[in-house]
Formats: sequence, C-alpha cells, structure tokens
Amino acid sequence: MNMLTISGSPHVHARGDASKIMRIVILALLPAMVGSFILFGLGAVQVFLVSVLSCIVFEYLIQKFLLKGKSTIGDGSAIITGMLLAFNVPSNLPIWIMIIGALVAIGVGKMSFGGLGKNPFNPALVGRVFLLISWPVQMTSWPKPLSSAGGLTDVVTGPTPLGILKESDGFAQAMSNTNMPDYISMLWGNMGGSVGEVSAILLLLGAIIMLATRVITWHIPVSFLAGAVLFSGALWLSDSTYYADPVFHLLTGGMMLGVFFMATDMVTSPMNPVGMLIFGFMCGLLTILIRVFGAYPEGVSFAILIMNAFVPLLNKIKPKRFGEVVNNG
Amino acid sequence: MLKTFKMGGVHPEENKFAENSRIETIDAPELMYVMLNQNLGAPSVAIVKKGDTVKTGQLIAKGEVFISANVHSPVSGTVEKIDSWTDASGYRKPVIIIKKEGDVWDDGIDTSDSLVKEISASKEEIVELVKASGIVGLGGATFPTHVKLMVPQGKKAEYLIINAVECEPYLTADHRVMLEKGHEVMVGIQVLMKALDVSKALVGIENNKPEAISHLTKIASSYPGITVQGLKVKYPQGAEKQLIKALINREVPSGKLPIEVGCVVQNVGTALAVYEAVQKRKPLIERVVTVTGKNVKKPSNFMVRVGTPISLLLEKAGGIPDGTGKIVNGGPMMGKAIPNTDIPVTKGTSGILLMTNKEAARVKEYNCIRCGRCTTVCPMGLEPFLLGLAGENLNWEIAEKERSMDCIECGSCQYTCPSGRPLLDNIRLCKLKVGQIIRNRNK
Repeated sequence: MNMLTISGSPHVHARGDASKIMRIVILALLPAMVGSFILFGLGAVQVFLVSVLSCIVFEYLIQKFLLKGKSTIGDGSAIITGMLLAFNVPSNLPIWIMIIGALVAIGVGKMSFGGLGKNPFNPALVGRVFLLISWPVQMTSWPKPLSSAGGLTDVVTGPTPLGILKESDGFAQAMSNTNMPDYISMLWGNMGGSVGEVSAILLLLGAIIMLATRVITWHIPVSFLAGAVLFSGALWLSDSTYYADPVFHLLTGGMMLGVFFMATDMVTSPMNPVGMLIFGFMCGLLTILIRVFGAYPEGVSFAILIMNAFVPLLNKIKPKRFGEVVNNG
Repeated sequence: MLKTFKMGGVHPEENKFAENSRIETIDAPELMYVMLNQNLGAPSVAIVKKGDTVKTGQLIAKGEVFISANVHSPVSGTVEKIDSWTDASGYRKPVIIIKKEGDVWDDGIDTSDSLVKEISASKEEIVELVKASGIVGLGGATFPTHVKLMVPQGKKAEYLIINAVECEPYLTADHRVMLEKGHEVMVGIQVLMKALDVSKALVGIENNKPEAISHLTKIASSYPGITVQGLKVKYPQGAEKQLIKALINREVPSGKLPIEVGCVVQNVGTALAVYEAVQKRKPLIERVVTVTGKNVKKPSNFMVRVGTPISLLLEKAGGIPDGTGKIVNGGPMMGKAIPNTDIPVTKGTSGILLMTNKEAARVKEYNCIRCGRCTTVCPMGLEPFLLGLAGENLNWEIAEKERSMDCIECGSCQYTCPSGRPLLDNIRLCKLKVGQIIRNRNK
C-alpha cells in the first residue's frame, strides 16, 4: 500500500473554490459584454481585448518580477478586473489610455497591496477614477450606440442621460431634450455611456446568475438600491419638476453595474450581513448625493470607493455569538 | 417545518453507503490490542500482568480518578504483554495485548438475546453499574458516562436528550443500531432517565433516516416519556449544544455544560451500552463500527470487540481498494486520519472511512478573498477567518478575545472556504495556546 496522508479534519471540502467563483462572475459579465459589442461595435471589442490582456500581463509581470511569487493569473481575478475596467470606459477610448488604466487598476489598485484578497479598494474603480481625473475629455466622450457600431473611427458622440440632466435646469427640462432617450431605451442600453454599464436588462441577467449560484447575497444590492431609491424618491417628491425620479436614477449611469458587480466585490465589501446592509445603503445614498449635488454627473464609482474605505470599520461588527447573551425563557 | 438549529451549519454530501447493511458480527482475532486511553480524561491503569488468564468481560484496567473509565477484556485468554501501541492519534500509548483462547465469559454476564424490560436497579445502582462497566460516550468524544449521570449539586436535569443525529457523512452505525436494536435502546433510555430522575427524553434523529424515525416512533409508544423528533438535515446537528438548540431551543451559555439548561445529552449507541451494562451486566467490550468509502467493495456495519485491529475490519469489507490515500478514524468532518491499519478499534471508533488519493488531497490554497462564508456557516457565531489569522500570526491575545475556546472544531469553516484556507488547523493551534494561557493564569 502507498503512503497514507495524515492531515487534520475536515477531510472533505465543498465543491467550488475561489477560481470557480471567478469563473461564475466572468460568466455573469458575458451577457452585458456581448450586448456592448452589439451596441458599440468594434470599439467595444477593442476596449475589452486591450483591458483584459493588459490586466493579465501586468499582474503576471508584477507578480513575477516585483513580488517574485508564483503566477496568480490562473485564479481569474485579473480577467474580472480587466472586464470591469472595460465596462467602465467609453468604447472610443484610445488604446494607450486603456493600457494605463489597466496598469493603475492592477498595479496600484491590487498588486501594491499584495494581490488577490488584500486590496482595500475595488481595483477596476481605482483604474477608472484615475482615468476620469487624468483624461476627463477622453473619458467623457460617449459614442452613440448602434449608430457608431460599424467602425473604430468617425464615431458619433453624444451626451449621457446623466450628463443632460446635469447641464439642464431641472429634470423636466432635461426630459424635453431631444437627445434624452426614453426609459425603454435606457432599459435595453440604447443610450450614451460606458461600454458595459448601459444595458440594465443584460446586467440584471448577470446578477441573477450570481445570486442563483450564491456568489453574491442579496444584502448589498438590495440595500444599495434602497438607499438610492429612498433618497432620490424623497427629493423627487419634494419637487418632481427639478429632481429626477428614482426610476431614472436606477436606469442611468453605472447604477446597475455598480450595484451588482462593483459594490458586491467580496474583497472590498463587508463580511457580515449587517455591515453589508450599511455599506450598500450608504453607497446608494452617496451616489444620489454626488449625482444631484456634486460636480460630476455620475457618482457610483466615487460612492463605492468611499464606502470601500469604511469596510474595515464595518467588519468590526461582530456576529451574535452562540451562548453569549442567553435568554432561555 | 422540521426543527433544526438556527446559526450556521453546512450540508456536506451524505454518502451513507452502508445504511442498508445489517450489523454483522466479526469474531475477535488471535491477538487483541486493548488500549488504556480509550476515554476522555485520565488513562485507565492496568490491574493484570503478563501471563494472567482473563475471561471475556473481566476487569483488566481501572479508571482510578473521577474522569476516567474501567476497561474490560474483550476476549478470554492470557495477557500476552503490557506494552505501547500506536493508536488513532498517531502516538504510542499503553496497551494490554491479549492472546485469545476460546470465548469464556466472566460470571454474572447475561449473554442471551432476550430483552430485559424490567428495571430492577436503583438510581444509585445504575450509576455504579455504568461506572463499573466502563461506559463512555460512543459518539466519538468518549466522555465517561457516569460523570454525566451525576448531576452537580444545585443543578436539575429536566430533559434527557438522546443524540441519534449521526450528522457525520458516511457513518451509519447509529442508524443500524436504531433499526436493529430499537427496543434495547429504548430500555437503555429508560435506565438513563431513572438515573437522572427525569420524566422527559427526546430522541433527535435527522430526516435522512426516515426508517429509523418511523421505527423508533412506533415502539416509543410503549416506553413512557420518550419522544422521537425528526430534524432537518444540517451539520453539525450532532454537536450537543446545537442539538439542544434544535430540540428545545435553549442555548447553552459559552463555556458551560448542557446541565446549565437542564439537559443531559447521551449518544444513542451509549444508550444501548447502558442497557447492556445495567440490564445484562455486560461491560462495554464491543461496539458497532461502520467501514465505508466511495471505493469500498462492501460498505458494512460491524459489531466488533474493542481491541480488534482495523485491518481485520477492512478485510471483511472487501479489502483496501487500490488508490486509497487516506484512512480516517471517524467521519470525514471530524475524524482523525490514521497512519496505519494496525490501530485497534477503541470505544470511540464509530467508523473507518477510506478515501481515494484524489479525496485525500486538500484543495488549492488561495489568499483569503474575504467572502465571509466561514462566518456564515460557523454554528458558534465565531469569525473563523479572524481566528485563522490569529493562529497564523501567533497572536494569542486576539485568539482569546475572539473566543477561540468556543470553537467546537466541527470544520464547517474549512469545509466551506473557497480559498482552501487551513482555518481549523490554525484555530486548533489557537485553542491549544489559549487553553495553556488560561490554565497558567488560573494557577
């Protein structure tokens, strides 16, 4: 007989490891990715290829030459960061800016903290916000979907619904703007915006995949949506001609992408249900606060990054210990 | 809806391959290895010496302190040697090796199969007989049973809880005992009820054993005070605090025993042993052991004498399959991996599980991705990732503050961890160190 293995219990493991979780997230991102290819054409394909490849290459190089550890690209998390980063930029973004974004996302956002699981901030958002602040013009030139799906150059650009709202004097005026799509178009994604954020329907499909496979729980999405709906709803009820209604806020900008894919990132969100609820609710609140009262038309990325910083604090919330406070009648 | 405990828990694949195999008696081999550390607490002290002739059931080692247990000869024959032998812990421990000659039982032991329902022994006599017979908890923890029957002053037992959950995957020994020795178990429960002076006994059985539930429910009607309760399948329901929570919704306070909430918990196999000790005057020298595994030819439940090397059990179950990479003494969640097959069956051996090379390897390790699943599944409401980190960083202050001593080592955290972190390994280290620190402080 061969040698017997001696190890501590448990001797069995639930099927599914970290790389399987990553594969499910990638699968959940696919509908919106394919949708973006249809909406934005070759530009979107280019953005995806460049972003994902750069993220993988940067992670590999940093791991090999700076951290001098075993390659970690096999766990799939670099692919997710790359996909999410691509989701968060316009489809006509120059290749070199995309590459810099990937370097910041992986290099600064993730590997500088030690790699998978160690980063306090969502790497894709770190990359995205860096690009937004550094190249605001390129990062806010939004190709019109479908009309520009043909090629890589000469794309027709136009404003995003949130951009129109910011430029207008109130919600009623914004809605009368001829560039403003109707809610059905917004639902499908036929509006200006970042590559992967526009189609609420396809993002929801991915969200269902992640919820059904229990990769994410309901806590963060529901509380995020609740925070956004309650705050925007209260404003809207106070003055419905000036403030946008909650449905508008849910369908525009990066709301769906942020709620289901960015805020729910395990590494950068709280580990206990109470913390998750506070985290999500505050994300929703801050998003609306920035959108309505801030300088930028969109606030999802900033809101999530700000709340990421609170995660260590929220993780101090302790679960109820068994047998700690005992009330046996 | 079926009852269960609220906090945490997991549901591993059940794989109860041997559930339909009737209990088969295995004759004792030529040489028997009777370990002297078969119980939790102090080891037993040998009272025989080399060359002595012993009868089956004769006392050969004594539990000399309160938390210890007697040991009896499982066969008749001569004491070959008093030596040391590797047990399931992997360490060499004292053993009495007995050479079998025939099967002559000690005087006064009723070896017939007839059911003795009338309980003639008094409360005190029962405790004395249980103690004399060397009975320990047969669920695997091997805590001396007589200690549990002596309720401390100022405390009152209200419920006797019979642990028939068998929540460990693969194991089916308790299941078969309930089906084949149901009446004996019932009388054993009544004996325990008399010893504890309680009028209510609850038998908790998980819903994956419907035959056992219906069989015991049916016969329970002729044994007053005993209620059989089906439970939703959830690991670790067989942990006593979780079982009490599931059955009567009481929470045993941290660091306290079940008697704090008026409960005494006994395993269903222990109830059978108590029946035999008190009603038949037969000491604990045999038990039911499940031998199973995915590639085992004949998954079986054997009635074996304590001291039988497990190699014999494996042989009777069709031999060790090719590609076996790990042999576990107990179930896959809490059992111990053993180094060889010369290790003998002890009072605490509930099963032998053979795992393939593939199953024997742990999953790939990644960094913690802070998913929080370990916290979600912890039945004690702990944060295993924090304790695991405390263990890695040798930070015993945090380990104590985060209540590592509450951990019941069920393994749910490590079972669930998608990053394959060795959480329980580290928590065990925490418990060891924190335990030492607390003992030193209280000196």
